[in-house]
Amino acid sequence: MSQTNALFTYTLRLADDLLILSHRLGEWCGHGPVLEEDIALTNRALDHIGEARNLLTYAGELEGKGRTEDDLAFLRPERQFLNTKLVEQPNGDYAHTIVRSFLFDAYHLPLAEALLKSSDAQLAAIAGKAVKEAQYHLRHSSDWLIRFGDGTEESHQRAQAALDNLWTFTGDLFTQDEVHQAMVKAGVAPDLAKIKAAFDATVDTVLSEATLNRPTDGFMASGGRQGKHGEQLGFILAEMQYLQRAYPGATW
Amino acid sequence: MTDVKNLEDLFQAKIDAEQKIEPKDWMPEKYRKNLIRQISQHAHSEVVGMLPEGNWIGRAPSLRRKAILLAKVQDEAGHGLYLYSAAETLGTSREQTIDDLLSGKAKYSSIFNYPTLSWADIGAVGWLVDGAAIMNQVMLCRTSYGPYARAMVRICKEESFHQRQGYEIMAVLAQGTPEQKEMAQDALNRWWWPSLMMFGPTDANSPHSAESMKWKIKRQSNDELRQTFIDRTVQQAEVIGLSIPDPDLKWNEATQHYDWGAIDWAEFNNVVAGNGPCNKERLTARNKAHDEGAWVREAALAHAAKKAKKKQAA
Ligand SMILES: [Fe+2]
Ligand SMILES: [Fe+2]
Ligand SMILES: [Fe+2]
Repeated sequence: MSQTNALFTYTLRLADDLLILSHRLGEWCGHGPVLEEDIALTNRALDHIGEARNLLTYAGELEGKGRTEDDLAFLRPERQFLNTKLVEQPNGDYAHTIVRSFLFDAYHLPLAEALLKSSDAQLAAIAGKAVKEAQYHLRHSSDWLIRFGDGTEESHQRAQAALDNLWTFTGDLFTQDEVHQAMVKAGVAPDLAKIKAAFDATVDTVLSEATLNRPTDGFMASGGRQGKHGEQLGFILAEMQYLQRAYPGATW
Repeated sequence: MTDVKNLEDLFQAKIDAEQKIEPKDWMPEKYRKNLIRQISQHAHSEVVGMLPEGNWIGRAPSLRRKAILLAKVQDEAGHGLYLYSAAETLGTSREQTIDDLLSGKAKYSSIFNYPTLSWADIGAVGWLVDGAAIMNQVMLCRTSYGPYARAMVRICKEESFHQRQGYEIMAVLAQGTPEQKEMAQDALNRWWWPSLMMFGPTDANSPHSAESMKWKIKRQSNDELRQTFIDRTVQQAEVIGLSIPDPDLKWNEATQHYDWGAIDWAEFNNVVAGNGPCNKERLTARNKAHDEGAWVREAALAHAAKKAKKKQAA
């Protein structure tokens, strides 16, 4: 794989996490547990989609075939999506939604911070905007997780169950394959071991304040970065891509 | 009795002098009740209105459209919050107000009981529904009750973006493929009459109107606002090449306004009475969100209480 190909793939991986997570968060719109959370969740969805758009546009440029952000979002089939399995997990109850975002935020913030120093100027510039947003996101999801853990018996149980269910998908966040190693070597991407250390520190601090238990690493999911997803991703795409697929070539 | 009479005279004098009524000021009970009803209906409309538009967030046809729609629906949630706060200044709690919505006791704008069937409906809702709402809200920026007027000023700033993005969706569709144009025309056909109904019954049949005008809660009648909306919107439709579904619509040189056909008030009353296409879905969705969110709200309260206790002990 050439360097440009690897950079294209790496950029898509970054983009797809945000694109799919923002889609999931958008599903809450109008159905949140309290109006303030409707606002907070749409806010996150907007931040994520904004970052995804920058990354997809850049990926299109790297590829050099004239594909736009929309071509990449709406016309790629399931096996070409490179998001982690974590972000495609269904919303579930509010504990699942918060835990899914918390685990992602605990990874996304140190990642964005590291990308500030990327040898790729464009990725560094995109990360520059993302860092501030990611700080807010992590604060929001941590605050709720602490409320749940140290709230009522029911909320504690729900939060623990969500953690136990979603923990396996954090494996996907930290798998380093050839593409990633090439990016590390080129100074584009950080070593994921470093991101994992920051992730672990955040998780341990927040979970201890939340009086929740950190699940033990059992079977850890992987494959998302190679386009091997769970069954739910196909349904996300069926919904998301419907109009572009039904009316090929139309402008909206 | 003379005291109340005096207070009422003072109150009316203040209104006539264009001074705002503030929460701590004396006000007639009927004024308070009328405002609580209107502001909470308005708040509920913002919140229920998120549902038909939220329906298309997952299917928005481009990332740009998806971001715009997310931002728009987020604004509506914010409007709901401002308005619930304005209602609270009149001595009614947000919980009570929301319970009245959930039990079906309180009303919200009937327009949101219609379904969004195609992407063009998102255009039509922004263009026509937000467009009609703006007419009313611009007037309410000068309403006599201070907190309501101030909430409206903030809301109006955002509403014009809502109307513009909807109109832009329609314009793009109208210039698109034949299928897209058909989609746009079909949406206009379905949303036109319900939008006109948003201004409420004709002045002759509007029970609260006279008092609302005297108290300057309202400053223009339903029929006046409706006429202005029609005059403006007919021209906008012409610009993008869509036709208004009203065979009786024609320009009247003498009045310098459009004449238009009869509104089907039986349909309006039917939807208000709960028999619109989506009344049940909307209330069910709100109740479901509320019920499933109960443990979340309880957890937040419990955690806040624990924190306060720890702070006290420290
Ligand atoms: Fe609205
Ligand atoms: Fe609004
Ligand atoms: Fe609006």
